Amino acid sequence: MVCESLVREGVEVIFGFPGGSVLPFFDTLPHYPQLRHILVRHEQGAAHAADGYARATGKVGVCLATSGPGAANLVTGIANAHLDSVPIIAITGQVARPFIGKDAFQEIDITGITQPITKHNYLVLDTASIPRIFKEAFYLARTGRPGPLLIDIPRDVFIEQAEFHYPSRVELPGYKPVLQGHPTQIKKAAKLINEAQRPLIIAGRGIIISGAYAELKQLVEKAQIPVVTTLLGISCFPESHVLSYGMIGMHGMAYANFAVNGADLIIAIGMRFDDRATAKVSAFAPDAKIIHADVDAAEIGKNVRVDVPIVGDAKAILQQLNKHTTTAQHTAWIRQLDDWRREHMATNIRDSKKLLPQYVIRKIYEVTRGEALIVTGVGQNQMWAAQHYWYDKPNSLISSGGLGTMGFELPAALGVKVGRPDEPVWCIAGDGGFQMTIQELATIVQEKAAVKIAIMDNGYLGMVRQWQELFYKKRYVATPLTGPDFVKIAEAYGLKGLLVKHNEEVVPAIQRAMAELGPFLIDFKIEPEENVYPMVPPGAALTEVIEEPKKEVKVAKVTADSAKLPVSNI
Amino acid sequence: MTKHTLVALVEDKPGVLNQMASLFRRRGFNIESIAVGQSEVPHLSRMTIVVDGATTMVEQVRKQVDKLIDVVKVSDITSDSIVARELALIKVKATSSTRSEIIEIADIFRANIVDVASDSLTIEITGDEDKINSLLNLLRSFGIKEIARTGRIAITRGSLGPVPTEKGAPKTKEKGG
Repeated sequence: MVCESLVREGVEVIFGFPGGSVLPFFDTLPHYPQLRHILVRHEQGAAHAADGYARATGKVGVCLATSGPGAANLVTGIANAHLDSVPIIAITGQVARPFIGKDAFQEIDITGITQPITKHNYLVLDTASIPRIFKEAFYLARTGRPGPLLIDIPRDVFIEQAEFHYPSRVELPGYKPVLQGHPTQIKKAAKLINEAQRPLIIAGRGIIISGAYAELKQLVEKAQIPVVTTLLGISCFPESHVLSYGMIGMHGMAYANFAVNGADLIIAIGMRFDDRATAKVSAFAPDAKIIHADVDAAEIGKNVRVDVPIVGDAKAILQQLNKHTTTAQHTAWIRQLDDWRREHMATNIRDSKKLLPQYVIRKIYEVTRGEALIVTGVGQNQMWAAQHYWYDKPNSLISSGGLGTMGFELPAALGVKVGRPDEPVWCIAGDGGFQMTIQELATIVQEKAAVKIAIMDNGYLGMVRQWQELFYKKRYVATPLTGPDFVKIAEAYGLKGLLVKHNEEVVPAIQRAMAELGPFLIDFKIEPEENVYPMVPPGAALTEVIEEPKKEVKVAKVTADSAKLPVSNI
Repeated sequence: MTKHTLVALVEDKPGVLNQMASLFRRRGFNIESIAVGQSEVPHLSRMTIVVDGATTMVEQVRKQVDKLIDVVKVSDITSDSIVARELALIKVKATSSTRSEIIEIADIFRANIVDVASDSLTIEITGDEDKINSLLNLLRSFGIKEIARTGRIAITRGSLGPVPTEKGAPKTKEKGG
């Protein structure tokens, strides 16, 4: 029943791990050769891999685990998908129906546990309802605001026989996602856009989810509106475009943050005003009216005041807006943004004999000609990857945004590579996060997934260390960490690897990795105390940016007390 | 008015009340009362939820509740014309000397005596919160042994239907997904 339903939904890949409760499923699996099962080494890896697969392909990712610990290990991955609106279906085994509620071996209440982190979940108590539930779950996962769903199936429900009848449509009276923007709201928004002197678009992952690249570009070019993005919005608009002003937020470009501050109209599309993007909410875009378009009505007005709310799909709304907006020039405003960009350029990499992570990322960009799909961990490596690689290719940055899950990178990169096997996939990791899911190296080797891994190895939990340096007077508590010899680890798992310590080795190593048919690992021993700049300190306004200290200023001298020195205010 | 009354039509499935309670808890919304029962539609229950508008963003509550797949419809009916009632059972101490006085008070409130014991009376009262609170205040001097209250249930007046159709801003009638 389960396999047949998966086939009906067009599923090609399942990331899973077997166990007692799901054995009946695995016994049926060989009858469905069109379903490729990828055996992960830990269930968290299955959830992240399904997540990466879903983000990269736009399809629903599927992961599977047994009851009890198997299901519990999926939780972080499900939460990660929930926060970033990623459509995945998690199938879990459950103890047989007569044992439910008896604290049986490997029983946990996984529907109870995942209720707040799924869009919806199901405990299947009747074999005949499996097709209907799968139909509903896939529909819910991929429509409206996408998200994870969990289907918990008791062992005896797997085994029981029932007539298979796959419904052609779903009946969900409580679920009616709105796609088209309300015409009145569209007109109001268009009027504001047409009248604005200093408009700014903040684009989020909603653009990528709905595939509204062309529609966004049309609006931007027609009405000459500069674009900034959220972290997850990166690659929804070509970063080399003259009207692209990079990422906003805590580690956004200073000029992008200044643009938010200086705008008289914010057009926010497919983003949710996360606190890492807005910084201090009360100081956010003080001079601007705000148009907020999102498919999830509950996001509108949740964090910031909104003047014109539009509920709907990003693509549909942009098409509607494009009909109602007029061509415009905002010469003075764009000149102002260009001035800020010139004065606060943070993507130039300083000359250094030491191996800088920014330099490594830039070289990966150059060698891959910007064609790679970049999958990051969380922390400094993520921010350097966001800042120093230029994303012109649509949907080319895969990163854990909302939950900020260290250890996401390697299993997610596996999922991305499985979903888009013909494109180069680079996993940018930190030495901390990489050790959290390092076991998936075995999966990558077994599946012959040609993931190229670049570890930004600084011997610290770098982002936490940076906070300790800046805000806790360099008291590095619990942040220095040792790691294994990653190259030897790679060899032990059966993939090749290289250690890189010097600038001149960087490009040859990346080229070597690209030339290798299979997976490849490079351990970049980077400058240990390199920081991510610009940075908006927690609790500060977007404009209170700490920029990279000038050469003669030692990085170490920037503490919370002196942080105001290099601050630029406008 | 700080107290808001939300009425939700929900699927009659196990776990729905838990979903609702869990949502309120994790988003830090305060529930004053919640009452659930069958509705006029088979397989659907009606929940009446009272939240304190001073401490909670009621519109945000409504939208988050609306996102639950098992919630078919939810409306803030506070500013509509509604009939709201609550039922309370009050067990009050009664002696031979106070019993008749208590019964007299209950009569004034059109409350019913539903149980009589040698040392107590149990009174059933239906009404809005103010009426029930007034009765409680009067009975307090006799000594209250136990109170059970249902929390508010509410329905809109007239022929507007089970849940009033909302007009105006599109956001109030849309389902976010």
